[in-house]
Amino acid sequence: MALLEIRNLHANVDDKPILKGLDLTIDRGEVHALMGPNGSGKSTLAYVIAGREGYDVTDGQVLFDGKDILEMAADERARAGLFLAFQYPVEIPGVTNTTFLKTALNSVRKGRGEGELDAMQFLKYVREKAKPLGIGDEMLKRAVNVGFSGGEKKRNEVLQMAVLEPVMAVLDETDSGLDIDALKIVAEGVNALRNPENATLIITHYQRLLDYIVPDHVHVLTDGRIVKSGGKELALELEAKGYAEFTSAEAA
Amino acid sequence: MVKNKNPEFSLAGAFDEAAPRLPGADLAWLDALRAQGIEAFRANGLPNRKVEAWRYTNLGALEKQGFAPLAEPAPLDTLPDGRALDIEGACRIVFVNGRLRADLSDLDQLPEGVMAQSLAEALGGKDGELEDLIAPASRERDGALASLNDAFMEDGLVLRVAAGVDVESPVHLISVGVPVEGEAVAFHPRNLVVAARDSRATLVESHIGAGDGSYFSNSVTDILVEKGATLTHAKLQDEGPKAFHVALGRVRIGDEAVYDNFVLHRGGELARNEIHARIEGSDAECRLNGAYLGADRQHMDNTTVIEHKAPGSRSREVFKGALDGRARGVFQGRIVVHRDAQQSDGHQLNKTLLLSRNAEMDTKPELAIYADDVKCSHGATIGELDDMALFYMRTRGIDEATARDILVAAFLNEAVEELRDKNLADAFRARIEGWVAARHESEAEKAA
Repeated sequence: MALLEIRNLHANVDDKPILKGLDLTIDRGEVHALMGPNGSGKSTLAYVIAGREGYDVTDGQVLFDGKDILEMAADERARAGLFLAFQYPVEIPGVTNTTFLKTALNSVRKGRGEGELDAMQFLKYVREKAKPLGIGDEMLKRAVNVGFSGGEKKRNEVLQMAVLEPVMAVLDETDSGLDIDALKIVAEGVNALRNPENATLIITHYQRLLDYIVPDHVHVLTDGRIVKSGGKELALELEAKGYAEFTSAEAA
Repeated sequence: MVKNKNPEFSLAGAFDEAAPRLPGADLAWLDALRAQGIEAFRANGLPNRKVEAWRYTNLGALEKQGFAPLAEPAPLDTLPDGRALDIEGACRIVFVNGRLRADLSDLDQLPEGVMAQSLAEALGGKDGELEDLIAPASRERDGALASLNDAFMEDGLVLRVAAGVDVESPVHLISVGVPVEGEAVAFHPRNLVVAARDSRATLVESHIGAGDGSYFSNSVTDILVEKGATLTHAKLQDEGPKAFHVALGRVRIGDEAVYDNFVLHRGGELARNEIHARIEGSDAECRLNGAYLGADRQHMDNTTVIEHKAPGSRSREVFKGALDGRARGVFQGRIVVHRDAQQSDGHQLNKTLLLSRNAEMDTKPELAIYADDVKCSHGATIGELDDMALFYMRTRGIDEATARDILVAAFLNEAVEELRDKNLADAFRARIEGWVAARHESEAEKAA
């Protein structure tokens, strides 16, 4: 059984159709890349999978591990093992990274039928996860994403992912706004989490990130539909030729 | 006869009968003060909403209910559990329905350099300084309720911190309101606080209720922070659910002195905390911060006036609140910079979270600046919880109710962080988190 199976997905935002019959199947152990021009529906797909309100699914199904998740609230989906790394991580003034991570981890652990970690156990665990990402205690004590640089925010997203150990992670433009060093740290962080049981969907504009996180499959999304799928070489092709081929076909 | 529009309202009418029983009845200056107080009150009655300072706070319910002028001593053997702030190492001074209860207090454990006495006792002791502390402040005529306090003041805390001492342990004034069946309890505490030159001390207040019935607490606290002194003054208002709580603080701040105030409103049916702070010395600092947590039909009013009367002084105000149910909040913040108060620095911020569609907030910043070289800023916002932050937290597995609780507590925490004393901040934070958790539970009950 596929880990994530999206069938004929149609979704509206503000009554405007954005996704228009999207199909996508991701198996355990795989990394998929979803590429496409601005406005093609990439972020909408990410939000629909994560369960954001205001994104109305008008047709189709999203099956996660065989279960239809569209009726589940965002937090239920997260506890079931879904994770979205945000394109624009949200600032939460007054809530420290540590408190946030601990509350999230214990919620997810509860969902998995595991016991809560106490403060000491948690700190040890989170430090282990934070270290390879270059996140020190100082950053853990700061309010979630408040005053973080672009690179810090993206590393913080990967830290959350490392802490929560999702089965299916969706990374929405995690490479945007990163310099090459930050990009490498983020990519290494994501690679370190790969295992035969989980899967990753990388949403990106550019091929650059895919030099560091090598995908098994690449899909091109335009106007709410996947118009072409292929291996990692498709990303290089897109980098060279751009999306014109797909968008002009549509215009014609 | 009572010259009040509402004959049910008996406070003014009962003065003549009560006067001979009030402490200090043999002091001519106090007699005069009481007489002026009742006269001023009789002339206008309770303030109505045509009075600008009371535009957003309606005392109609108080007037309708009526209150006996003086409470009989109420029975109370022990303090209600878990209501007062939990402050480690504090010396507790307990008042029940406005009267000192030495048996519940730790008066024998007063920190060195601190003198504390009940006002009733002080008035009996012919303390010459009292007139100077009470009479001039009263001449300010701060409205009908202060006049009523002038007339009926009976007891309160007289606290003096000796010059130059640095007092580590806080003094904790605990006021317990005890409703009495069939009696409209009212008390009018008058507190006097003097932090003498170069002293440093902390006064904490907990205003709590024992029982669900109604009572009326109408306090006036006159505070003098002398040159170079620092007074930290933090208050929890967690009166009983049907209580009326009106408090006026009048503060004079000397050269290089610091007055650092914090108030948390949590209880009461109607509560108003009003502070008039006058910065009389140069290079002084006045901090008035607070938080308010309203639910059901609670009404919570923070009214502040800060007057910069000397050059080079700083003032700061951060008030944050969360209002649920049909609660109503009021913030009135007036900053006056007098002509000679050059290089004054004033900052004021009021932010409110409305947690329900029926909650309401009225906020009124007011700056009057007569000096030309000053820095003054103010801001006010009223909003709802951030949907995007809620969604973000939920994508990390945190359920909606918990996410809301965390966001509300974090929002209010910004005001608590203004408290420089970590123990105090922790004590108030615990009360806020308790409120947030209780609200969450009552919501879960409603849903079930």
